[in-house]
Amino acid sequence: MLITCPYCGPRDVSEFTYQGDGNRQRPAPNSQNLDAWNEYVYDRLNPAGDHNEIWQHSGGCRIHLRVVRNTLTHAVSSAVAVRGHHGGKP
Amino acid sequence: MSARRTEGGGRIDRARTIRFTFDGATYSGHPGDTLASALLANGVSLFGRSFKYHRPRGVLSAGVDEPNALVTVLRGQAREPNIPATIVEIHDGLVAESQNRFPSLAWDVSAVNQLAGPLISAGFYYKTFMGPVIGPLKGTRFWMVCERFIRRAAGLGRAGAVPDKARYERMNAFCDVLVVGAGPAGLTAAKAAAEKGARVVLADIEPRLGGSANWSGEVIDGKPAADWAAAAVNDLRAADNVRLLPRTTVWGYYDGNTLAALERVSDHKQHPAKGEPRHRTWTIRAKSVVLATGALERPLVFPGNDRPGVMLAGAAERYANEFGVLPGQKVAVFTNNDSAYRAAHALRQAGAAIAAIVDVRTDISADMLDFAGKAETEMLTGHAVVATEGGKALTGIKVQRFDAASGALSGEPRSIHADCLLMSGGWSPAIHLASQAGARAEWNEALQAFLPPKPNQKWTGAGAFTGAFSTTEAIEQGHAAGLTASGARSKHFDAPAVEAAPGAPGSEPVFEITAPGKSFVDFQHDVTADDVRLAHREGFVSVEHLKRYTTLGMATDQGKTSNVPGLAIMAAALGKEIPQVGTTRFRPPYAAVSLGSLAGERYGDLKPERLTPMHDWHLANGASMYSAGLWWRPQIYGHAGETVEQAYVRETKATRGSAGIVDVSTLGKIAVQGPDAAELLDRVYTNMFSTLAVGKARYGLMLREDGLAFDDGTTWRLGEQDFLMTTTTANAGKVMQHLEYFLEVIWPDLKVTVTSVTDQWAGAAIGGPKAREILASCVEGTAVDNATLPFMGIVHGEIAGVPVMICRLSFSGEMAFEVYCGADWGTHVWEALIEAGKPFDLVPYGLEALGTMRIEKGHVTGAEIDGRTTARDLHLDWMLSKKKPFIGSAMMDREGLIAADRLQLVGVVSLDNRPLNGGAHIVEQLDEKNPHGSIGHITACCYSPSLGKYIALALVEGGKARHGSRAFTSDPLRGRFGPVEIVSHHFFDPEGSRMHG
Amino acid sequence: MAEYSAFALLRNALSGNKDWKPAWRKPEPKASYDVIVIGGGGHGLSTAYYLAKEHGITNVAVLEKGWLGSGNVGRNTTAVRSNYLLPPNTRFYEHSMKLWENLSHDLNYNVMFSQRGCLNLAHSPAQLDDYARRGNSMRHQGVDAELMTPAEIKRLMPMIDVSDTARFPVYGGLMQPRAGTARHDAVAWGYARGADRRGVDIVENCEVTGFIRDGDKIVGVSTSRGEIRAKKVAVAVAGSTGRVMQLAGIDRLPIESHVLQAFVSESLKPVLDTVVTFGMGHFYISQSDKGGLVYGGDIDGYNSYAQRGNLPIVEDVMAEMLALFPSLASVRMLRSWGGVCDMSMDGSPIITKGPLPGMYLNCGWCYGGFKATPASGFCFAHTIARDEPHDLNAAFTLDRFHRGILIDEKGQGATPRLH
Repeated sequence: MLITCPYCGPRDVSEFTYQGDGNRQRPAPNSQNLDAWNEYVYDRLNPAGDHNEIWQHSGGCRIHLRVVRNTLTHAVSSAVAVRGHHGGKP
Repeated sequence: MSARRTEGGGRIDRARTIRFTFDGATYSGHPGDTLASALLANGVSLFGRSFKYHRPRGVLSAGVDEPNALVTVLRGQAREPNIPATIVEIHDGLVAESQNRFPSLAWDVSAVNQLAGPLISAGFYYKTFMGPVIGPLKGTRFWMVCERFIRRAAGLGRAGAVPDKARYERMNAFCDVLVVGAGPAGLTAAKAAAEKGARVVLADIEPRLGGSANWSGEVIDGKPAADWAAAAVNDLRAADNVRLLPRTTVWGYYDGNTLAALERVSDHKQHPAKGEPRHRTWTIRAKSVVLATGALERPLVFPGNDRPGVMLAGAAERYANEFGVLPGQKVAVFTNNDSAYRAAHALRQAGAAIAAIVDVRTDISADMLDFAGKAETEMLTGHAVVATEGGKALTGIKVQRFDAASGALSGEPRSIHADCLLMSGGWSPAIHLASQAGARAEWNEALQAFLPPKPNQKWTGAGAFTGAFSTTEAIEQGHAAGLTASGARSKHFDAPAVEAAPGAPGSEPVFEITAPGKSFVDFQHDVTADDVRLAHREGFVSVEHLKRYTTLGMATDQGKTSNVPGLAIMAAALGKEIPQVGTTRFRPPYAAVSLGSLAGERYGDLKPERLTPMHDWHLANGASMYSAGLWWRPQIYGHAGETVEQAYVRETKATRGSAGIVDVSTLGKIAVQGPDAAELLDRVYTNMFSTLAVGKARYGLMLREDGLAFDDGTTWRLGEQDFLMTTTTANAGKVMQHLEYFLEVIWPDLKVTVTSVTDQWAGAAIGGPKAREILASCVEGTAVDNATLPFMGIVHGEIAGVPVMICRLSFSGEMAFEVYCGADWGTHVWEALIEAGKPFDLVPYGLEALGTMRIEKGHVTGAEIDGRTTARDLHLDWMLSKKKPFIGSAMMDREGLIAADRLQLVGVVSLDNRPLNGGAHIVEQLDEKNPHGSIGHITACCYSPSLGKYIALALVEGGKARHGSRAFTSDPLRGRFGPVEIVSHHFFDPEGSRMHG
Repeated sequence: MAEYSAFALLRNALSGNKDWKPAWRKPEPKASYDVIVIGGGGHGLSTAYYLAKEHGITNVAVLEKGWLGSGNVGRNTTAVRSNYLLPPNTRFYEHSMKLWENLSHDLNYNVMFSQRGCLNLAHSPAQLDDYARRGNSMRHQGVDAELMTPAEIKRLMPMIDVSDTARFPVYGGLMQPRAGTARHDAVAWGYARGADRRGVDIVENCEVTGFIRDGDKIVGVSTSRGEIRAKKVAVAVAGSTGRVMQLAGIDRLPIESHVLQAFVSESLKPVLDTVVTFGMGHFYISQSDKGGLVYGGDIDGYNSYAQRGNLPIVEDVMAEMLALFPSLASVRMLRSWGGVCDMSMDGSPIITKGPLPGMYLNCGWCYGGFKATPASGFCFAHTIARDEPHDLNAAFTLDRFHRGILIDEKGQGATPRLH
């Protein structure tokens, strides 16, 4: 499985660390809504098909990527840097 | 069987002779021989014993599909079991032996298993061996007694007992086009792609590239096919954009067009070159792949089809044409298709007599009849072989009239003398890699074969792999595939002319001749046609149930020859078509792969060792080293005759009495820098860091998002926007990742960079009543007195000419200082400190003394911050700021995390003056015979020289409420029981007067 | 149906093995049942078996989308053990162990449970103390556990390197003698046959495509073989939990589906008698009765329903294996495969009533569902029959995550790939 890092190009999956469901929304830091916090920490989308995920290129440039990957075929259809000011590109 | 070498011909080098041994006897062969071809040439017919019935077995095939002729190859004391003799290249000094027999291959006592045949049919073991319900053999006992015998009888070869000294290596390759299989299709594909400028890798499982061209006897482009192939290989070898990989099995097709291959680099050499690996594993990332993996011939299923001397027709043709070996002198042929006629013809030409061609079909083409004529043989159409004769070698066959449509036999059986029987049950394209790549195979009725699925990764097929069995088609498809794979457009192609034997593709849908006797489907595992029918009778009809119930296709050959016949017999029993029964999904590897090659460069060197800059000094000064994660750290600096306890007690006393020094370079260190650095720290630590003055350090605690304790350490403010964070040794990587995640994913607006500097700093902690004096005597450029360097203060100076950073903080409870310098100067500074300490009796101390002093102080480490404890459990709630949110603050007070029965940190004192053990439990009532009622456990323990007692830290239900109460340590694993007192975890100097000075 | 025994084998052998009957019927599904169990894997089948055996509820259908046992019961590394640290796990798995010990008799089917022991190797004194904590926890709950010295370990498995010069020296190990291995497929088949004999309908090739509701309540399922109604619908589809629960409108759960690869070597004469785990990484191995070394390591570490993994983990696992057993470098890997695991947020399972009325949920087995098969079915059947959990599964709730009552054996928090 290869993931194309916007900085480093196509790299083997072994260089990346999976950071899970990218759909989760962290509540505001001072939020007292415990349900929202619990959902954020524990409850995950787990679709059979395309999944929005966060990966870190931990064995490379260490940036975090927003990846769309199919959980049935492992095909990666998009990988962009998470940090907004990169606009998805380095 | 009376096999022998032919007079001439073949692709072996007859001018040179190679000597090797098999089962202790010496044989000779020629370069180009496999162990199988050489042994056949020497008249050997018995190669192995089957798995269950220990039936004598010969050679079925000529390649990687071989189920019978498995041997163990010996290299010194290293043993390589279960290798098909058909893929072992002989070399001088090769030593091989047969397996799964006792006392010898010819006389194997376990052959008695055959007598129990019907009793030990498929799945018999599920129905018996349960044993009595009561008595001494109840439960699992009876089965385990039986199992011991079963285990001894099972298994094939024996593994070696000493470490394999061979080297294994890994290589990554990137190419435009990977061509798998170097037969006519693959060669043409590689050539077409290479001519378009593509970077090509061409891999083939065989040592000699060319595939079927090496034995087909065809003529391509006016040359013998083998010469055509050799010329094509030479052309490719000369091209600098082509890499040829002979002896290379492409065994796995993974995601992203990543393929795994095994190259057998030096197995065929008597003396591998210096440093040359035995095997090399290739990870090939190909933009496009051409699969030209050919096809595998299927056996026919009939009684006695496993007798030595019964062989696949294509294999026999290959032995004759490629290896110059006649598998028999008087050869019979049994087929359901045209391909075996060419084999008969080849063997006739090589000098064998063809006793008969037995064909289940009645409608035979004129071409085939012509072939039979040339082979000077009797044609028995509409006939089938119903039995074989002989013991450990074939002496004859019995044939009977056969109706292919109904499967009915009629007429009297007739015996035909033959010492070799060639069989052909049709051909199955080798679609394994395509199947691994992810899709289901499709059944083709006309060809009676599973064809490759539609690609769902980037590959193109060519040749017999696609069901195109003629060489002309293979070359045309190969060319087209090579162009497609290299991204070029298909143009007119002047394909070389091929003169090939006639013959139609496809086969008669006859898979089994049902007649009395054992008819084998899976040869190695002794799965018979009756076993398949038994599985049907018992409802194991899905293809996966069939496989699992009968073990069909689970032997070392993974069903390469048995898969389709097995499905066909099940389909017949069900009254269904083969595709309705389905096919199992092929899994990596295509053929078995050495474990060493998969470990690659990590064989013998699993993980890197992390050594601190002062490592050599520790070794030179008597340290015993202790493995801590990847790090090696001093445990004690023992003196002669000292026990570990004596050593750490001495080191502790010396430190508390005067001064001690410990290497703390392993602590995680992260530079946190930028305008928002303080803000980040406020968010990730439970306590405040924005209020920390420049030049001061603070102890900090981090929680996980779920509110549990994560890590602790001190963070030093070196500048307004410049912090040095330290973490525990174990969590350095995790904390770094934690910070990066939050900075990028959650708070991208924060202007902070984090940089791991663990390896950039060497650190030494020097503590004890004389520590300041020692420092004062060797530090230049700064004072270290209380005013300049108060508790948690930081100063910069020099030691022995090297810039250092000193922070006054304490883990030991003493007046202590952490001295950091550039890693390369670590030993230099360390030695200067040791030298400066000499007048003060400074001792180096190891992890045991470090642990002892921290236990005395009640400081927590990873044993207590174990991922299940909260700040409150560890009495660190004073660090939970109420002024700001931080990671974990919203979730740390959930009901489960503040429950009354949680384990809390306490101190424990041994009341019987005996040592306590880490991992011992604490109970209120002692019951040595039947331990129960654990209220917690000991996390860390030591002899405390300061208290003169054995003490420990523990996590105990109720925690503080139990202070002053009696309990017991209960350690049944080590037989240690005894009274303890539960006390505060602050054993020593709870006011901190020593470290504050 | 005839009992299986040595005598039956002999009698059938004499008649050419023509009289054996199907191990379980292949019934058409009825229009309604008291209980539908979705999932014909180990847990679904054992649930149906114990519903019938312990609670007399026999009007039960087990619905399997493919072939019976095609999930993780048919693709695991067969270890059975109860060597857990945390009491809710220890108690549950020990109950499972006790059921295992009599399972072949109970089912009249030899599941080949062989108590050959399970040894966890420790590679530092701290790790040995950590294992001692776990072993003592087991002993305080009546479970067998022993510490072994390096010398004892060397005697048990001569091919292991226990020298000081090993990269990761062996300081000792935690042994559970009663642990062992079982024939995984036989467990599915034995439970299927046992449930079938008690009247349960086992319906293969019957894929659930939706849930039928009456208001909030689940009252049945629509399937590839038509609608089937039931008073109670139980979901036991670990590995597919996300997909099936989505059909009920629940798309977020404390679960990620991950692919776990497993491996088998070619058959060898006996070299390894016990189940062994390596403490400096994640590696476990045993040798099957056929002679193959059966082993595995970490999950691949990303969401997947594909039952196929990738190369990095293959290489990691082999490297760890050879660090432990360097004499096996020239032995060959025969086959690898992948199974899909429900990785829960604390590494422990969920067996509960709900989350919708009329529904019962069994999932989240992470790496360890096989050994749980008997107790999981036993407890799930109890929960379904009585509408309340058994004491043994009372802790395995779905709401424990939000409440913070976690059962986190590895202390890794809500990072499923680390459990």
